[in-house]
Amino acid sequence: MSEKEALFSKKNLGLLSNPLNSDNPITVQVLGICSALAVTAQLKPAIVMAIAVTAVVAFANVIISLLRNTIPNRIRIIVQLVVIAALVILVDQVLKAFVYDVSKQLSVFVGLIITNCILMGRLEAFALGNKPWPSLLDGIGNGAGYGAILVIIGFFRELLGSGSLFGYKLIPESWYIANGGFYSNNGMMILPPMALITVGVIIWVQRSKNRKLIED
Amino acid sequence: MKAIRNFFEKTKPHVQKGAKYHWLHSTHDAVFTLFFVQKNTSKSGTHIHDFIDLKRTMGIVVLALVPALLFGMYNVGYQHFGALGELGTAGLMDMFLFGLLKVLPIIIVSYGVGLGIEFIFAQFRGHEVNEGFLVSGLLIPMVMPVNTPLWMIAIAVAFAVIFGKEVFGGTGMNIWNPALIARAFLFFAYPGQMSGDSVWISASGVDKMVDGFTGATPMALAAAGHTDALNTWHAFVGLIPGSIGETSTIAILIGALVLIVTGIGSWRIMLSTVLGGLFMGILLNIFAGDNTYMALPFYDHLIIGGFAFGAVFMATDPVSGSQTVKGKWIYGFLIGVLAILIRVVNPAYPEGVMLAILLMNTFAPLIDHYVVESNIKRRLKRAKATI
Repeated sequence: MSEKEALFSKKNLGLLSNPLNSDNPITVQVLGICSALAVTAQLKPAIVMAIAVTAVVAFANVIISLLRNTIPNRIRIIVQLVVIAALVILVDQVLKAFVYDVSKQLSVFVGLIITNCILMGRLEAFALGNKPWPSLLDGIGNGAGYGAILVIIGFFRELLGSGSLFGYKLIPESWYIANGGFYSNNGMMILPPMALITVGVIIWVQRSKNRKLIED
Repeated sequence: MKAIRNFFEKTKPHVQKGAKYHWLHSTHDAVFTLFFVQKNTSKSGTHIHDFIDLKRTMGIVVLALVPALLFGMYNVGYQHFGALGELGTAGLMDMFLFGLLKVLPIIIVSYGVGLGIEFIFAQFRGHEVNEGFLVSGLLIPMVMPVNTPLWMIAIAVAFAVIFGKEVFGGTGMNIWNPALIARAFLFFAYPGQMSGDSVWISASGVDKMVDGFTGATPMALAAAGHTDALNTWHAFVGLIPGSIGETSTIAILIGALVLIVTGIGSWRIMLSTVLGGLFMGILLNIFAGDNTYMALPFYDHLIIGGFAFGAVFMATDPVSGSQTVKGKWIYGFLIGVLAILIRVVNPAYPEGVMLAILLMNTFAPLIDHYVVESNIKRRLKRAKATI
């Protein structure tokens, strides 16, 4: 890498934008599925989770990138874990302080960010071999790519499963069968299996749009 | 007949590759084969085709379903007038016509949505339209409660066709029975409309039910401990509340006879499913104690709920079921065992047949794999022994 490379060169911008589409952590690399199914029953926790993961992966990338020349190869995993765990605890405390209700809803899944494959994946694959600035961009890009899918899933699950968005009721009460109407919320959207099917549909749509992803 | 053939012969060049209406070729082909058997012959090797192609196979299954369907329509009317307390005054035709008007829209929606999606997929992928949906489209209405709103049926059919079938590659590639996928989808998505006591009897426009009317199915009553309320003869004939096509064991047996005589449905699967159900029923009877549901006579399990319908029409689906002879026995037997087990032991699911069949659909390839493997092993051993 040349020293004079511009901050937002084409290559660096690619680090930001690729994870949004052709190198998406969830739909292409199929990482972080577990949390994508667990926290997306409603839109608000999905967004908070997306932000939390983005923050952790971006800072972890920078820290590991700064340390990359001093970490002995044989203990690099444990060093990565220590960094991630410290950041996750910070995020957890911030959530508890400012959005306590969402923190309650996310419960154990904030702590489980530590085990999110995307984090270790990016640290191993990128931060250990690149400078801090590209690592930061890579972390933000991957966090955003993960978050985008979470928001899409959360949107459909809350809309169809609860008839609301951000907890705000969109379907008039009089439409429901209990009130003499015809409509009923789709209870299956609340269940994790439907989230998996939603991920499947997103992958389906993405691959039919993006020819690069089609394997023969 | 001649005129129809002439029409298709004349329009055929227009849908050939490169012609103007090529995108319609799968539709053309589908309608053509509905009237005539294809004259295609194989180009290589020795293969003998008989005239029983997929379309005609499916036609026979539809034929086998007709008795249960007609009786289902009659029963919808019977239950309706029963709820009104007008059984004495309403005639047989009144009941049948009432049922017909209730059931027909469900069938139309099921076929309309399902075939629409199949045609769209076939056109996009350049496939031929497959006839698999002819049967699924009729099975789906028959496993629904009569009060299911039409839009729910439309969603369930769309889900079943897209995620139960097309995702895997269309007819013949699905791992689960599409009709059961539709039912399972509704069961988990809209439990309020798929279970309980009020969905089985069409009571629209009824102000006052007859005294003592509940609308609960015999299964729900049995699960609540009222096994004495079950009238075995009524349940066998089918004059009980339930999904549209599943109530009459007699009508289903006629269908089973058609399937077995024509060789379309596997008698091994039907028989082993029944044996599995009986086995589990007897086992539960032995260990019943004072649990009244477990003490329900084992033969009653075969005639209430969807057991007979599932065993005859759902478990025998050649695509999602086991293929090997030994595999069919295992597959059917486990369906029977699981259906009764889920039905009696798990209070969350009033009926276990649907889940049992879906579960065994999942394991069917595994069963087949081990049957084939064991066969290979046995023969290898024999070959070694002779050397």
